[in-house]
Amino acid sequence: MSEALNAGLALFVLALAAWMVVARDTFAAVVGFVAYGLLLTLVWVQLHGVDVALTEGAIGGGLTGAMLVAAAARLRRTEAAARAERPGWPTRAAAALLAGGVTAALAVAVLALPVPAPSLAPETAANMGATGVGNPITGVLLAFRAVDTLLETTVVLLALIGVWSLAPDRVWGGRPGPRHRADPNETLAYLARVLPPIGLVVGVYIFWVGADLPGGKFQGASIIAAMWLLAVMAGLSDAPPISRGWLRLALVGGPLVFIAIGAAGVATAGAFLAYPDGLAKLLIKAIEWALLPSLALTLALILAGVPERPAR
Amino acid sequence: MMDTATLFGLCAAALVGLGLYAFIVNPQPLRKIIAFNVIGSGVFVLVGAVAYRGGAAGWGGDPVPQALLITGLVVAFCASALAIALLQRLAREAESVTLASDAPAAPPATPE
Amino acid sequence: MNLADLFTVAAVCAGAFFFLAGSVGLLRFPDALTRLHALTKADNLGLGLVVLGLLPRVDGVLGGLKLVVIWLLALLASAAASQLIARAVKRSEPGA
Repeated sequence: MSEALNAGLALFVLALAAWMVVARDTFAAVVGFVAYGLLLTLVWVQLHGVDVALTEGAIGGGLTGAMLVAAAARLRRTEAAARAERPGWPTRAAAALLAGGVTAALAVAVLALPVPAPSLAPETAANMGATGVGNPITGVLLAFRAVDTLLETTVVLLALIGVWSLAPDRVWGGRPGPRHRADPNETLAYLARVLPPIGLVVGVYIFWVGADLPGGKFQGASIIAAMWLLAVMAGLSDAPPISRGWLRLALVGGPLVFIAIGAAGVATAGAFLAYPDGLAKLLIKAIEWALLPSLALTLALILAGVPERPAR
Repeated sequence: MMDTATLFGLCAAALVGLGLYAFIVNPQPLRKIIAFNVIGSGVFVLVGAVAYRGGAAGWGGDPVPQALLITGLVVAFCASALAIALLQRLAREAESVTLASDAPAAPPATPE
Repeated sequence: MNLADLFTVAAVCAGAFFFLAGSVGLLRFPDALTRLHALTKADNLGLGLVVLGLLPRVDGVLGGLKLVVIWLLALLASAAASQLIARAVKRSEPGA
């Protein structure tokens, strides 16, 4: 029964991906991508990666989808000209050949995966006690592979700096995105008043349970960022000018705490990002609490986009 | 009947192929960003299938690759965000978003 | 099969029927507004019945509350989204 469901899910995912390739309208392909992201969350649940499913739903389908929808709407007038550049059949045939070859090679690799499967799960389980947290993903992210997570938060920050640096000189330091105005009695404004308190609770909850159950800071931060963007889109709030000192401090605050705790590990536990015995859970929670607001703000500002209006 | 890991592993291989084809064939840059994300998701599902096979110690999947997947998803989001920002700046400066090398030169940007 | 299981099967099947009806409406109805009608009515009822059917199977009050909250949030989101879509439709075609 579940095998048939899995096969149906896989076919559905493939059909949507194929549709995204052939859809004429870019906006339609974007809508397809959002639905594809939601279906992938089901794939992750079937692959027993509930943490990954939450991340896919919040970031892969949610934030990326929202970003693509906004971009497709803005780029609509360039659509017709760009579509005319579709390559001729020799290029398409060569592309199909290449894509088919890559798929075949990957399929052979999948069928030849070693048995028994190599796994780091037993070693993770044996060492989980040292971290004090119950969710193995959180343990891996913040204890065993903490350097990866530090670099990841840095990448998010660098992406924001990259987006900001595309601002024209005249509006450098200004407010990102257009100023949204909506009728205060309209549905969107109503939703933007009702949903954020609930979303904030859900976001913090998903972050909070991340220590012992599926969840975590990236998923929670995405939900909080989405709530703020909803208020901005309904015209109830405005994006701050990016030159504000408090904003810059809030953005780097989380990564700085992460680096400080990591550096303290050199003195107290003998290695960068090593935690002293017994303090691991406390320090992991401290890093996560510091990262949550910074990540939420960074993700929200990445979605708000390039500064477009002078700060005044 | 195939087991879950093989099924989704093969599905992932096909996703990478579809994404790669779309990446080459679709001329619109935004479509290329979507295709890039489809390739990425194919790679992620492939790693997810490998993680699923490594399930042990009471967990359904190997937590180490799953944690790497979360990192990967976030990094893919960042790359897409940067690509979209570049694209929108290009559209504003040049009034067109062609990637063709023989496209007519863009009109000189009006001084700001 | 006890009474709770029977209830679950019946409610989830009824919910699935409403999902099916909504999807058929989405595909078959002639314009955006009637399609919205099909989606919101049927999907909200469908999801509500699925949640209702799953309630006897949760362990603890907290799990049941979470399910109900999911349904309420879906109601709020779909009501607001269909309002916004309907407004956009009205704006783009003044005759509609």
